[in-house]
Amino acid sequence: MKKSVWSMCGMCTVRCPIRVEVEGNTVKWLEGNQHILKGALCAKGSAGPALVADKERPQQPLIRRGGRGAGRWEAVSWEFALDYIADKLKTIIERHGPEAIMASSRGGPFQDLVKAFTHAMGSPNYSNHDSACGRNVHHASISLFGLGRKGFIYDIKNAKHLVLFGRNILSSLRPAEVNQVMDMLDKGGKLTYVDVRQTLTGIKATNFFQVRPGTDYALALALIHEIIKAEGYDAEFVERYTTGFDELAYFVENYSAEWAAKECGIKAKDIHELVGQLIADRPKVIFHPGWMLSRYNDSFYASRALNCLNALMGNIEVEGGLVFAKGAGDCGGKGPRALNELSPKPTAKRADGVGDVYKQFEKGPGLFHLFYKAMATAKPYPIKGIICVRHDPFACFPDPQAQKEALDNCDLIVSVDTHYSEFGWYSDVILPESTYLERDSMIAQQKGMKPRLIMRNKAVEPQADTLDLYSIIKGLATRLGLDQYFPHNTMQELWAWQLEPTGFTLADFEKKGFVEYADKPVMFDREKLDGKFKTPSGKIEIISQKLDEWGFPSWKPYVSPPKPPKGQYRLVFGRSPLHSHSHTINNPLLNEMMPENTLWINTREAGKMGVSEGDFVDVISGDVTSVVTAKLTDFIHPEAVYTVHGFGRQIPLQTRAYHAGMSDQKLMKGQLQNMDPVGGGLNLCETFITVRKSSKNHQRKVEL
Amino acid sequence: MNTYTLYLNSKRCIGCHGCVVHCKANKELPVGPILCEISHEPLKSVRGVPKTEFKFRSCYHCEDPFCVTICPTQAMKKREDGIVYVDVPKCIGCMACAGACPWGIPQHNPETNKAVKCDYCMDRLDAGLQPACVTKCTTHALKLVAMKEI
Repeated sequence: MKKSVWSMCGMCTVRCPIRVEVEGNTVKWLEGNQHILKGALCAKGSAGPALVADKERPQQPLIRRGGRGAGRWEAVSWEFALDYIADKLKTIIERHGPEAIMASSRGGPFQDLVKAFTHAMGSPNYSNHDSACGRNVHHASISLFGLGRKGFIYDIKNAKHLVLFGRNILSSLRPAEVNQVMDMLDKGGKLTYVDVRQTLTGIKATNFFQVRPGTDYALALALIHEIIKAEGYDAEFVERYTTGFDELAYFVENYSAEWAAKECGIKAKDIHELVGQLIADRPKVIFHPGWMLSRYNDSFYASRALNCLNALMGNIEVEGGLVFAKGAGDCGGKGPRALNELSPKPTAKRADGVGDVYKQFEKGPGLFHLFYKAMATAKPYPIKGIICVRHDPFACFPDPQAQKEALDNCDLIVSVDTHYSEFGWYSDVILPESTYLERDSMIAQQKGMKPRLIMRNKAVEPQADTLDLYSIIKGLATRLGLDQYFPHNTMQELWAWQLEPTGFTLADFEKKGFVEYADKPVMFDREKLDGKFKTPSGKIEIISQKLDEWGFPSWKPYVSPPKPPKGQYRLVFGRSPLHSHSHTINNPLLNEMMPENTLWINTREAGKMGVSEGDFVDVISGDVTSVVTAKLTDFIHPEAVYTVHGFGRQIPLQTRAYHAGMSDQKLMKGQLQNMDPVGGGLNLCETFITVRKSSKNHQRKVEL
Repeated sequence: MNTYTLYLNSKRCIGCHGCVVHCKANKELPVGPILCEISHEPLKSVRGVPKTEFKFRSCYHCEDPFCVTICPTQAMKKREDGIVYVDVPKCIGCMACAGACPWGIPQHNPETNKAVKCDYCMDRLDAGLQPACVTKCTTHALKLVAMKEI
């Protein structure tokens, strides 16, 4: 008997809605939810069943028996593993207090469970990966709009012009968004793409600017300058809803197109042409403020400038512009309950100093990398236990060696994940979570023009001795005497409790797999946006009162990025549409498509080194050397070399991914605390590496 | 007479290779056989923008297929609607079909030791559905087109 299950993809954190057909306990077919995606799914989505079937993921709980990272594991029962962890946690709490424990999980709609557990223990130290991802964009958005980066929806399909600075939108691949871009292009919309290299997104562009690495802020400032000079901005909107415009006009006075052209290595005439197009296409112009923008030490200001351009275009709350993300409340409804409501609010200050030493950063998940400082120095207090849920800090933050040294001060390291992570390999206990096709997840609200409730239903029973996250957390909570915070015995009970205030029932999800709070897109009256911006003034603060208060300028004078020394290159990294960073490298189907990464080198630079296409090159940073295949291209800036992030894994049990390709983060020696002081993001594109032709390119081979 | 062909709107194709994996997942293929391909020419600068377009290739379902003629067990067949397919129980995995095909389209499935090739997902077509690569194409760039005699 075939059954059809509404669920949610979990191959990456886009979490596309899917429909799964199951026969027996096997997935026979899965596709994007017809009601939202019209069936569309990416390669990773189709490779989900291969993850379920893969024996190279942990099959039962494992406890470390050798030294950390030695890879000697003992398979144990869940009872044993949870008892073991609970005992260790109790000891840490007795000796150092509950705040000595930190936990981290994925960002997005499912943070609640791990956050609630952390708070239930009495620790404020919940975190996630975002300081290596979107923190700069998030904080830049707050400083301008009073709303985080998810406070707006980009109505791309109705836009006339989409401007992307390094946002490789067609490879980073959120299928719904990608279809919006393609629809916009089909309707004659323009795409402007700015990057240090040409990408699968850039090949669709109307205008392409290959800029010198680290100069995005310069180009954004010049666009502001030229648009103001031409009086091409929406003066009425700016007058009504912004503060500080005159200061901005004064600040950008010296940043002309001619100046930026020189700085970025592009043509002034092309900038002028772009400005003309933008003014003509206004207000249906979207400047994407960046997604993963933990790159340069001025990325916060670059993102702030891009969002400021959105305000100058007057594109807020218009079709084809930035639309406020609406929640249940905006439709007269109520959102679902969250477990965190049951947990007491922790009283201790955060160990990462966020909200205390660092007032400029939003508390939420804080900044993960700063916990390593607390581990290493025991200040403001020691961190002795760490639990990472589906988060691999070694794959996402720079310099894993430095991370290991800090972690050695911990008495307990736990990894909860569906696959082996590099962090898990160094941990004390690996708890295997069921894959997304084998587990239920909590109901979550997805804000948008039509806010929805979304859910993941288990499609098949676990094929190995794994558990869903609620069972794992509840198992630990019960052992710690915290059951009252996790009172539900089954997911059905939990869902019913979550849904109670919303007025919806589980039966309402049966038709489409989700429920909507509105039939039509909800738009605010553009004449009455006062108070919608949650800044101190209630307006878009081009000059931010908060930044002022904390001693940071709203606009930082531009500083030209250093050129790499001779023989060295700036290491930049990005995404392929075939992999979700490090998570999928060992997936049999995706590994077959893309088994390793390469190093992109500018053809002329490669010529200087005597490197030809396909040669091995040594990539050297400090005491780390990787050997990888060279890919030559004319379309990368000569100062930069590029690689796809996520490769170079060193887990022997992942035979397909083991030592395949190179790892950018392992080459970022000494960069673990190189942080943007205003945005909180790590500066992940500020490593210079040496590249040379490798001695592994054999000239002769003797075998005796 | 062939009834169908697969058409790629290269303007919408983003080169994500979703089709290749959708196909493999649907046919439950192990690592090895790949039944359709996405390729592109090297990038060329067009009015200052380095560009390329993607091409899609699967089986051509020839009018007079060599793979059908050469098959020693009559496992390779052509349907009335033009679809060339493998009658799996009859296939002995000799791969004569791959040798006869000018493009080497039929692939060897190491798990079943039989030939496997694109059959436009004829089981899905017969059930009123579209081929896997079309149904799930990330950007709806692939279409199954019914051809008409002019």
